[in-house]
Amino acid sequence: MSEIEQLEADLKRRVGAADSEAALEAVRVEALGKKGSVSELLKGLGKMSPEERQVMGPALNGLKERLNDEIAGRRQALKAVELERRLATETVDVSLPLQESALSAGRIHPVSQVMDELTAIFADMGFEVAEGPHIEDDFHNFTALNIPADHPARAEMDTFYFPEGEDGARMMLRTHTSPVQIRTMLNKEPPIRVIAPGRVYRCDYDQTHTPMFHQVEGLVIDEKAHLGHLKWILEEFLKAFFEVDEVKMRFRASHFPFTEPSMEVDINCDRSGKELKIGEGDDWLEILGCGMVHPNVLRACKLDPARYQGFAWGMGIDRIAMLKYGMPDLRAFFSGDLRWLRHYGFASLDLPSLAGGLSR
Amino acid sequence: MKFTLSWLKEHLDTEASIAEIAEKLSLIGLEVEEVVDPAKKLAAFRVVHVVSAEQHPNADRLRVCVVDTGTEKLQVVCGAPNARAGMKGVFAPSGTHIPGTGIDLKPTKIRGVDSNGMLVSEREMGLSDEHDGIIDLDPDAAVGTPFAEILGLDDPVFDVAITPNRPDALGVSGIARDLAAVGLGTLKTKEPARLKGDFPCPVGVTLDLGADADLCPAFALRLVRGVKNGPSPDWLKRRLEAIGLRPINALVDITNFMTYDRNRPLHVFDAAKVSGNLVVRRGRKGEEILALDGKTYEVDEDVVVIADDKGVESLAGIMGGEESGCDEATVDVLIESALWDTGNVARSGRRLGINSDARYRFERGVDPAFTVPGLDMATSMVLELCGGEASETTIAGAIPDPAKIIEFKPAEVKRLTGLDIPFIEMRQILEHLGFWATGEADNCRVAVPSWRPDVHELADLVEEITRIVGVDRVPTVPLARLPGVAKPVLTLLQTRERLARRTLAGRGLVEAVTWSFIARPHAEAFGGGKPELALSNPISSEMSDMRPSLLPELLLAGQRNADRGFADVALFEVGATYRGERPEDQEALAAGMRRGSAKPAGAGRHWSNAGKPGVVDVFDAKADALDVLAQLGAPVDSVQIEQGAAPWYHPGRSGTIRLGPRVVLAQFGEIHPATLETLDIAGPVVGFEVYLDRLPVPKAKATRAKPPLDASDLMPVSRDFAFVVDAATPAGEIVRAARGADRQLVTGASVFDVFEGASIGEGRKSVAIEVTIQPRERTFTDEEIEEISGKIVAAVQKKTGGSLRG
Repeated sequence: MSEIEQLEADLKRRVGAADSEAALEAVRVEALGKKGSVSELLKGLGKMSPEERQVMGPALNGLKERLNDEIAGRRQALKAVELERRLATETVDVSLPLQESALSAGRIHPVSQVMDELTAIFADMGFEVAEGPHIEDDFHNFTALNIPADHPARAEMDTFYFPEGEDGARMMLRTHTSPVQIRTMLNKEPPIRVIAPGRVYRCDYDQTHTPMFHQVEGLVIDEKAHLGHLKWILEEFLKAFFEVDEVKMRFRASHFPFTEPSMEVDINCDRSGKELKIGEGDDWLEILGCGMVHPNVLRACKLDPARYQGFAWGMGIDRIAMLKYGMPDLRAFFSGDLRWLRHYGFASLDLPSLAGGLSR
Repeated sequence: MKFTLSWLKEHLDTEASIAEIAEKLSLIGLEVEEVVDPAKKLAAFRVVHVVSAEQHPNADRLRVCVVDTGTEKLQVVCGAPNARAGMKGVFAPSGTHIPGTGIDLKPTKIRGVDSNGMLVSEREMGLSDEHDGIIDLDPDAAVGTPFAEILGLDDPVFDVAITPNRPDALGVSGIARDLAAVGLGTLKTKEPARLKGDFPCPVGVTLDLGADADLCPAFALRLVRGVKNGPSPDWLKRRLEAIGLRPINALVDITNFMTYDRNRPLHVFDAAKVSGNLVVRRGRKGEEILALDGKTYEVDEDVVVIADDKGVESLAGIMGGEESGCDEATVDVLIESALWDTGNVARSGRRLGINSDARYRFERGVDPAFTVPGLDMATSMVLELCGGEASETTIAGAIPDPAKIIEFKPAEVKRLTGLDIPFIEMRQILEHLGFWATGEADNCRVAVPSWRPDVHELADLVEEITRIVGVDRVPTVPLARLPGVAKPVLTLLQTRERLARRTLAGRGLVEAVTWSFIARPHAEAFGGGKPELALSNPISSEMSDMRPSLLPELLLAGQRNADRGFADVALFEVGATYRGERPEDQEALAAGMRRGSAKPAGAGRHWSNAGKPGVVDVFDAKADALDVLAQLGAPVDSVQIEQGAAPWYHPGRSGTIRLGPRVVLAQFGEIHPATLETLDIAGPVVGFEVYLDRLPVPKAKATRAKPPLDASDLMPVSRDFAFVVDAATPAGEIVRAARGADRQLVTGASVFDVFEGASIGEGRKSVAIEVTIQPRERTFTDEEIEEISGKIVAAVQKKTGGSLRG
């Protein structure tokens, strides 16, 4: 073996043996540094004869190149080992649980959620959302709705009153969302399509009644709207809201002072299982009241009953929320109990839409 | 309104089943709340023939009987001494529940002998205490007959909710009429025969109501003398008992019967206890009456009374007086059949707090035309049940004739309901309901019967027809959709409320819905408690005053949760508060509270906070309020944040967010310790209130395009400054001043350190800010940066008097 080959083998062995970047650098300097063994040999080239140089030049330059490659390779390997060692020391326990994010912790109350669902359905059918004050006067809450003073329906309403004013009139908490119908008809020319969701108040507090609850009413006034249209609206609404393909309705004649004829509507349901199933089975469940707007109500709103006609319906928002989402007790809606709110509430991003579905 | 099936059948020929009748009643507007069939729970008990009764082989006092039930022969062991062959008894087969003992029968062996069922005693049936032997029936009783039938208990009771528009259905005859109209039988109510009297009525009646004659349009009275009052016959007692009325004596029972049979309330006076003539007049202040319910009532001018020479004897249309009431000793009876003003009866009844069958009917309206026939009918019953001799009828006032004629246009039915039915069917329905129709489809006139005060106009007739035809026959018709894609429908405020909700829920708060009325002291603690906002009839003192703020109920809810072991609570509500009674005094707010460690980043002990969770502070509430405002599009960069807020906040740890000098957009902060004490809750708790309808209305925009993006290719430069200012100087002012130093170039400023200490000096603090400067055309030279820095320092000095920290 020539001297050069000897040198190469020796250097390569030392490169391979270098166990750190510093050791590797030391080998490099020893071989390829200014005074390194290979550098010294290369310096000797100048003193050689051309023939000698022709042989030794490529041999020595080849040696230098191969050594450089060897060192670079070794350096890469050492870096990789070093990185691995560092990474090993940086390990954390990813099984550590996180704190609940704000997005997961927050909730929307079922009443708000259902109002948003109602809005999504009725907005699609061209209904606006109307609102009105909770503290109402006699005209809007009763008289204009064809409930004159001393009418027994007034007593049945369990009205909350405020003290008499100087003019002898008493304000009251609205007992239904129907005054919003009156305000709408007085302020807007037909055709009218509105829903009116909101808080209502009745002086009643027991297992199934709370002194404050929520209603939604619908009102359609134009020159053609009749009971057949009302049936269609209700059927389409009920299917959309309960997210079922079919629902059977039963109309029972009833009496509300502000509609004529008036009906209560039952829908079919199945009570046999643990959960109530709407739109299946042969049991009936009372769900809403409705009717054609009474001519006296139209007159009170300065609309000519010979020209304009329409219908209205109303139901309890809390009640339909209970039927759809299975809450057993109305009183819990207003208790502010975190356990209940978190269980029955909805995430902030659960925004009901027709395109994405009302619920998920 | 209750009635029995047999009572209904006095007025209606029908073969319909109980279920059919109940369903039809509900469909036509007479909602059946309940049908109680007393025969049902006794259905298993039937008449049997005791074929043989032999001595039990192993027991002296027992007998082994074989009974024939009509379908089979069964062996029963019986201990009754009167059990004997050939008798008819009442038998309960295995599986029957025995009401008197609570035992469920099953096949058994008694002293080694099989026994299947039981021959029952009256005590075992729950009928009496008789237990000396088994029931021993008439030998003619047919084997297999339900025992309930023999007891006369096979008469189901209907309980029907009558809506206020249908007083006529408060009599069984009216209910029968509706059922006949809907095709469930034939009406057979008998017109009462006119009854002539044998002598003039010796008691006179005068109406002394002055100009208000309509308070009592008519008052009919007659005397029956020589009656023998006593218990009513069984059929009448049973009928009243079945609907929950207590039989008293024949005279009183007859008035109750008339009330329920014909919706004709009557009153009977014992003529011997009436002195002089009767007068119908307004009550007088100070007058009193001991009424039939045993209570004494004070009357006044608003209550109409029937009085004699002694004083008030009866509250008109509401309740009679005890002193002139009829009892077993009554010999001469005065029967009153009168008409009263519905409104006055309603008001007086409410004022006096009397709920009677009479009031219930008079305030809804009785048939005026039946005033005298009703009196005739009742008098006939008195003569029949109690004997005696009737006087002629004396009438004060006059029976009103409210003859109402309506021009009937059949096309209205189609217009309002979509129902396409022939005129002849409409006419038939109306006639079945007692309306009179003349003419044909194009010139039909309809007379309204006197018992239907609810029918005034054409729409009322449409209702009658629709009710009887049923909405099932109305064809469903789609309501035409509005053309094109549905337009947005929410108002600005509705959109804001929705956004506020979703924003706060996204920040980890949980939405609550709390009462609109709160306790008076709580309302006062939050700036409310005005007398005009206090309910006259609150449910309780906890729910007495309209809320001036959403916070008190939220704070209380937070405490209730803490008391249940959930101390870290973040709740919000979006809803109304009330400053006054007018519509414009109702304001929409989004408000919330955080307590414990319920911070936006997460609540509770956690490894990331080394087990020491942060406590909610004013800045959590500030962040909630500002985030809501930001999401609603409020100009949060230009709002002013002032130190301090409403009195229910901690003055040093609260703030008010203003837009200009007049508009308060929001408040936030720690709740004042005194307020916490008023609410009796533990702190610290932070809260915020955002006034949703005070935000400026956004300007209408011509297009939806956003302004062009202003993003420079040049690197922004950031410089730090530390200013020493008076400790009371708001840091926000330093930031504003820095930002305002050059609106073009200074694009950001934030506070990264606040320091107070001896090195700064008493009453001073150091506020360090980082300012971002954005070059516009070319990179800044050092001189330019120096120049801008100088402007920033000068602006801060000018605004706050602070100086650069050396």
